[in-house]
Amino acid sequence: MIVFVSAGIHVTCMFEYQHLESFQQRRDTKTPVAYCNPSTHILTLIMRLRLFAGLAEVQPRPWFRPRMLSPVLCSDLAALEPEYTEADVISTVEFNQTGEFLATGDKGGRVVIFQREPQGEYNVYSTFQSHEPEFDYLKSLEIEEKINKIRWLPPHNPAHFLLTTNDKTVKLWKVSERDKRAEGYNLRDEEGRLKDLSTITTLQVPVLRPMDLLVEASPRRVFANAHAYHINSISVNSDCETYLSADDLRINLWHLNITDRSFNIVDLKPENMEDLSEVITVAEFHPHHCHLLAFSSSTGTTRLCDMRARALCDQHAKLFEEAVDPSRRSFFSEIVSSVSDVKFSHSGRYLLTRDYLTVKVWDLNMENKPLETYQVHDYLRTKLCSLYESDCIFDKFECAWNGTDSVIMTGAYNNYFRMFDRASLRDVTLEASREVCKRRAVLQPRRVCVGKKRKETDVSVDSLDFRKKILHTAWHPKENIIAIAASNNLYIFQDRMAPNGHHNTPEIQSAPPK
Amino acid sequence: TKLDDSKMAGAEGDDSLYPIAVLIDELRNEDVQLRLNSIKKLSTIALALGVERTRTELLPFLTDTIYDEDEVLLALAEQLGSFTVLVGGPEFVHNLLPPLESLATVEETVVRDKAVESLRKISQEHSPVDLEVHFVPLVKRLASGDWFTSRTSACGLFSVCYPRVSSTVKAEIRQHFRTLCSDDTPMVRRAAASKLGEFAKVLELDYVKSDIIPLFTALASDEQDSVRLLAVEAGVSIATLLPQEDLEALVMPTLRQAAEDKSWRVRYMVADKFSELQKAVGPEITKTDLVPAFQNLLKDCEAEVRAAAANKVKVFCENLPEDSRETIIMTHILPCVKELVSDTNQHVKSALASVIMGLSTILGKDNTVEHLLPLFLVQLKDECPEVRLNIISNLDCVNEVIGIRQLSQSLLPAIVELAEDAKWRVRLAIIEYMPLLAGQLGVEFFDEKLNSLCMAWLIDHVFAIREAATCNLMKLVEKFGAEWAQNTIVPKVLGMANDSNYLHRMTTLFCINALSGVCGQEITTKHMLPVVLKMSTDQVANVRFNVARCLQKIGPVLDSSALQAEVKPVLEKLATDQDMDVKYFALEAISVLALA
Repeated sequence: MIVFVSAGIHVTCMFEYQHLESFQQRRDTKTPVAYCNPSTHILTLIMRLRLFAGLAEVQPRPWFRPRMLSPVLCSDLAALEPEYTEADVISTVEFNQTGEFLATGDKGGRVVIFQREPQGEYNVYSTFQSHEPEFDYLKSLEIEEKINKIRWLPPHNPAHFLLTTNDKTVKLWKVSERDKRAEGYNLRDEEGRLKDLSTITTLQVPVLRPMDLLVEASPRRVFANAHAYHINSISVNSDCETYLSADDLRINLWHLNITDRSFNIVDLKPENMEDLSEVITVAEFHPHHCHLLAFSSSTGTTRLCDMRARALCDQHAKLFEEAVDPSRRSFFSEIVSSVSDVKFSHSGRYLLTRDYLTVKVWDLNMENKPLETYQVHDYLRTKLCSLYESDCIFDKFECAWNGTDSVIMTGAYNNYFRMFDRASLRDVTLEASREVCKRRAVLQPRRVCVGKKRKETDVSVDSLDFRKKILHTAWHPKENIIAIAASNNLYIFQDRMAPNGHHNTPEIQSAPPK
Repeated sequence: TKLDDSKMAGAEGDDSLYPIAVLIDELRNEDVQLRLNSIKKLSTIALALGVERTRTELLPFLTDTIYDEDEVLLALAEQLGSFTVLVGGPEFVHNLLPPLESLATVEETVVRDKAVESLRKISQEHSPVDLEVHFVPLVKRLASGDWFTSRTSACGLFSVCYPRVSSTVKAEIRQHFRTLCSDDTPMVRRAAASKLGEFAKVLELDYVKSDIIPLFTALASDEQDSVRLLAVEAGVSIATLLPQEDLEALVMPTLRQAAEDKSWRVRYMVADKFSELQKAVGPEITKTDLVPAFQNLLKDCEAEVRAAAANKVKVFCENLPEDSRETIIMTHILPCVKELVSDTNQHVKSALASVIMGLSTILGKDNTVEHLLPLFLVQLKDECPEVRLNIISNLDCVNEVIGIRQLSQSLLPAIVELAEDAKWRVRLAIIEYMPLLAGQLGVEFFDEKLNSLCMAWLIDHVFAIREAATCNLMKLVEKFGAEWAQNTIVPKVLGMANDSNYLHRMTTLFCINALSGVCGQEITTKHMLPVVLKMSTDQVANVRFNVARCLQKIGPVLDSSALQAEVKPVLEKLATDQDMDVKYFALEAISVLALA
């Protein structure tokens, strides 16, 4: 365990990491690509999504031309840094239920799935184009292909299923493996040439022979035409047969097998759009109770609905809202209180909400104030005006629980992300950027200072880069592995203490995840 | 053609093999449609291969063909259900198990269900020995599979093998079923809950009491709403199996709890299955338990539940024990019904409106006039058109008991309002009830009050309404006869031929199309034909080609002299029209009427 200094106190860091080499092999070569002996050090993987996408040969992007694959450029990745397009920016990250797979979606409508190898590192498993840009001719609106959310379905059979959504359409994808191929035609040979019919004296039934493993992604269902506004969330119910999709004003309930019908369960649209006072920002189902769903709004409230009580959930069962201190009220109060992400804890007892400046833990049994409030970047409170002008104030940061609900993670600016240990109240700021993720280097905690620099490594608020933001993060459901998306780069970090999936700190061991 | 060439060249090859060879090759074609086609002719392939090769080559290949499209797999699953003869008869039927087993594990529900259906079918063709040696092990494998897909499939197979196996195997099957009922995944518990009733039916009564009842109780209090609601249906099946004296102790506590479940979906299910439940538990429990439960459902806080219960009002009342039927309805049910008439939710009101008229036959004339008639009248004035429509569509029930005249005072304004509703679908719906109403109200009332409405629809601005209106006229003529038609509607219809709007002129033609058959030769020749022929010179091409189509349509009604003398010259003239479509339809009419 590594010790670092934060605000003059020694704290224990849960995560430290080193840069492993970049890799470009394909999965079927079976070569361990980026691997470091976990027993000696933290395993760190930096994955450059754009490289994977290119290597999987799906939808090559303009930046990815054959010349880019030349060994010189690949070994000198820094040279590639400025050369990514908007389409390569990662827009969502999500682990599956076991943590064996990790899916990312990007603004170009692509989904890349990573699989964890037995040694522990994640390699590209499959890449596919989930959504294409479309045009709504009735409304003269362009529909972007950007993947807004990905959700994995609980395992059905050896194949894997995931829901992906852009602004308007949810799709169910199946990712499956095939390792056998049929051989033997009657009328043609294997190259497809026609045989001389006179040689055909008996019928031949095709036989299946082993072949190289092929991973295919196929669209199984398309759930379209149900949303007038932009979809911001999808969430699979614990009954495993329904899911919800939420847009700015409405939440719809779907059956996974039925694409032509969905039920509206929440509708915030006022009769007159001029009376519009809030929009839905996120909606999520409870992890165990099939009848509970939470949705948050731009006014900073989170509502819990009980679907047992009524078919329409416009009336909430609980409303989680913290009274704003009138003395601190300002022009930006409402904007910064808008909830950008809601996550139920794995236990189902707590709700994690992220607003612009804080991340809060709520007990489902206490509506009037959060159990815990953590400041993510309180030093920005004085900068809101310029953040408003640059639109940064509207950035939607996500948040995540660790497997045992003891640690919280969320993103910030300057490629920083924050972690809060709920028991010890310790927190840490880390940076996910290529410069610091050097080979075998241990990531150092960062400190942003408001006034004068106290240490060489401190960063002043004014030098933060607001274009570099970490919006999307995900935590492995069981182990201390996290995935961080920073523009077009995906970073996967693993706690060095957990080579075999067991963290050795007592508080985590005492409460093993379900 | 290349294939054909090589076929010619291979004259010495076995020609009869060729079509089969094509079918086999197309099992792997890239085109789904061709693969599907091949799968659907799987029996032809199997027949050509013979039973031996079907068993040793074709079936192993099919077992691994689970990567295909759903529709192909679905067809395959279905085919295999009737494949017994093709593998050599019942003796070899177990050879069909491996491909069906792999199909029973795919993720697509319809394919799995079809595979299970086929497995159930071929289970009957297994000898008792084969059943234990081959079929039961398959069921056990599926039941203990890693993936929920296989476990859900297993749920549907227990009931078909249970009656035909030894008591030790029976005990194992019961154990497997128990395990699945408490599976980790809600999908499997749902599958088990939905098969619980079916499984209970094949079990010995003692085991129903000792095994099924605890499972039923557990599923009915599952944490997942979707499981609990399926338990309701199982409860109904179980109730039919148990002797009356056991019902109270074993099933009723759980069913009572379901009727008061926290989740509206479960209560909805109880409401939806209420008449089945009523039959299953018998008259005594109905009186003591179901009547209060039904009252509660009719007053439920969730509109979906009230609507489902409202739908059952008539059937529930009908099936009440005769001795106390009227009292129960008058004292317990009717007060709730009265409240529902002014429910806040229109779906509830319209569900009630679709059945409420049925109560009149049960309650008889006096009660209907005193208690139900006021409700009908309120519903006829409801703000929601669907409610009014539902009342009107069921008028026949009331007609039998008290006669429709009692209602006509309120009926007429309701009909007129619906007839002029701003939504064309509402207008369409009321048009469809016109013939029924006309029959019940009689020709005089109709002529006086409704005829003008029917004619007004002919010039509606929505085509679907005009079309329905012409069809309505035809049905009215069927009811009231040709003479009535000649006096009341034909003049008005023909008058529209001179309208300045070409759409109205076309409506005349469409009406003639519909009416010529029911009006008969005389009216058609004397009154309609001249108008049609005159319209052949219309300046709008659409009218002209509809004249051609109209002539083709009414041709069979006319006699041959009229055809030759009047129709033929006009069609010949239209056949030289400068408009392509007019020409086309004129020529078509000439050839169909054989006038060339």
